[in-house]
Amino acid sequence: MLKELGRGLWTTFKSMVFDPVVTVQYPEEKKRVTPRFRGRHVLKRYDNGLEKCIACSLCAAACPSDAIFVEASANTDEKRFSPGERYASTYEINMLRCIYCGFCEDACPTEAIVLGDNFELSFTDRRDAIYPKEMLLESVADAAQTTPQKTSAGEFTRSVPEMKDASD
Amino acid sequence: MDYTMWIEWVIKGFIMIFAVLTGFAYLTLYERRALAKIQVRIGPNRAGWQGLLQPVADAVKLIFKEELTPSTADKLIFFIAPIVTVVPAMIIAAVIPLGTSFILPFTNRVITLYVADINVGVLYLTAIASIAVYGIVLAGWSSNNKYALLGGMRSTAQMISYEIALGLCIVIAIILGDSMRLIDIVNQQTGMWFAVIQPVGALIFMIATLAEVNRAPFDMPEAEQELTAGYHAEYSGMKFALFFMAEYEKMIVICMIAATLYFGGYREFWFLKDTIFSVDRYPLLGPVYLLLKVVVLLFFMIWIRATWPRIRYDRLMAFGWKVLLPLSLAVVFITAVGVVMADQFGPIYIWIIPVLSIGAGLFAALLVNNSLRRKVAHA
Repeated sequence: MLKELGRGLWTTFKSMVFDPVVTVQYPEEKKRVTPRFRGRHVLKRYDNGLEKCIACSLCAAACPSDAIFVEASANTDEKRFSPGERYASTYEINMLRCIYCGFCEDACPTEAIVLGDNFELSFTDRRDAIYPKEMLLESVADAAQTTPQKTSAGEFTRSVPEMKDASD
Repeated sequence: MDYTMWIEWVIKGFIMIFAVLTGFAYLTLYERRALAKIQVRIGPNRAGWQGLLQPVADAVKLIFKEELTPSTADKLIFFIAPIVTVVPAMIIAAVIPLGTSFILPFTNRVITLYVADINVGVLYLTAIASIAVYGIVLAGWSSNNKYALLGGMRSTAQMISYEIALGLCIVIAIILGDSMRLIDIVNQQTGMWFAVIQPVGALIFMIATLAEVNRAPFDMPEAEQELTAGYHAEYSGMKFALFFMAEYEKMIVICMIAATLYFGGYREFWFLKDTIFSVDRYPLLGPVYLLLKVVVLLFFMIWIRATWPRIRYDRLMAFGWKVLLPLSLAVVFITAVGVVMADQFGPIYIWIIPVLSIGAGLFAALLVNNSLRRKVAHA
């Protein structure tokens, strides 16, 4: 009996003195997220700066909690946001409804919407829960690539990039 | 008796209360940090440097919390019970000597480092410690809640049971110190701590104090999993804070008593008797030594809480009545015999006490071990 009691005491004492502390001091040090982490959504762009999103609303249809709202408008060559006929003039995600399942990623035909690595989504007003397109869209490297762009006619007629055979 | 005497007493009383209250606040932080370290966490370290302002934040939170009184509660007793619990925990510290005395600078006034010097100080301790039971049982009863009532009843039964073993351990200190004045008991330990002469008595005292202040593994009255916090289930806000305060103050005070009775009180280690670390040389070292001893004893309480699971209630009672009571009686007997023999045949015979009492303690442990062993059915 005394031996068991002593062993218990030694176990806790050992963990106090020798074991390293596992706590992460969060705002100062942040843990890396895993590669397949599903954080806040990001709307991607092509290399030339055009938005990948073509406002097909498949993400909104796939969303199990109905968190996504997409409104489409027509592209012109004068004011082109994305390849093809349509672009998302409104793209809103309600972060209070989103369950971060990643179905929107799977549904997207152009791989425009991706769940990123940002998990710091706190806000103090309920209205701030709705993230508009400006907050979701990926930033561009230089100012010339901001949408809308002026493009030559007939250059971007396909809304979905042409499928190539897998090279590997 | 001149008026400066009164002023001195009032100031010392205020300082004592203030010290116990501050000690309570920082004991909560100490416990949380130590428990966190044992569980390989960090613990509260945000409010102030290393979390030193955390008790302030907790106090402010508790003061502003909503206070509820159950509609069917006995309002008057419900209101009085926390006060009855917290006041004895504070006033019990009055007789504990913190040091010898020093001369106030720029005057020739001698300031003694204790609030009251009662010649039956030990009796005062036991008397005041028992009053706290009323607060707990009244809180349980007046809440008009069956869990609170069960918690209060358990607490009362447990405290009364373990008070006997506790009292017998105090008797050991009285026999060894040959006085009921706490200052005499402390001064008797200049040569050797009573914890060395009577280790089993010190051990039983510490075990009984754990039960007396309702700490793990004897925290049956507050068993969250069974009784939803026990006697203070219906309390909230500042009234709850008073119970919390009483519990932690009792921890501090009982560690001070244990240090005084068994670990040399405000005296230095016995082997530092005539060095510059002696209290006789620097009287103000007295409170420092007492504080160090209390911190170490409190660490043992926290360590035990972090380690051992709560024991079953019937076993708690059986342990108190069937193990601790006979063992402490035997130890009192051994101590008395040892003191008489040292008196008659020379001081070397005092060492008969530790030898015999450790033997008795091991015998008791063996019996407990045998009774706990799983019975093998005979084929």
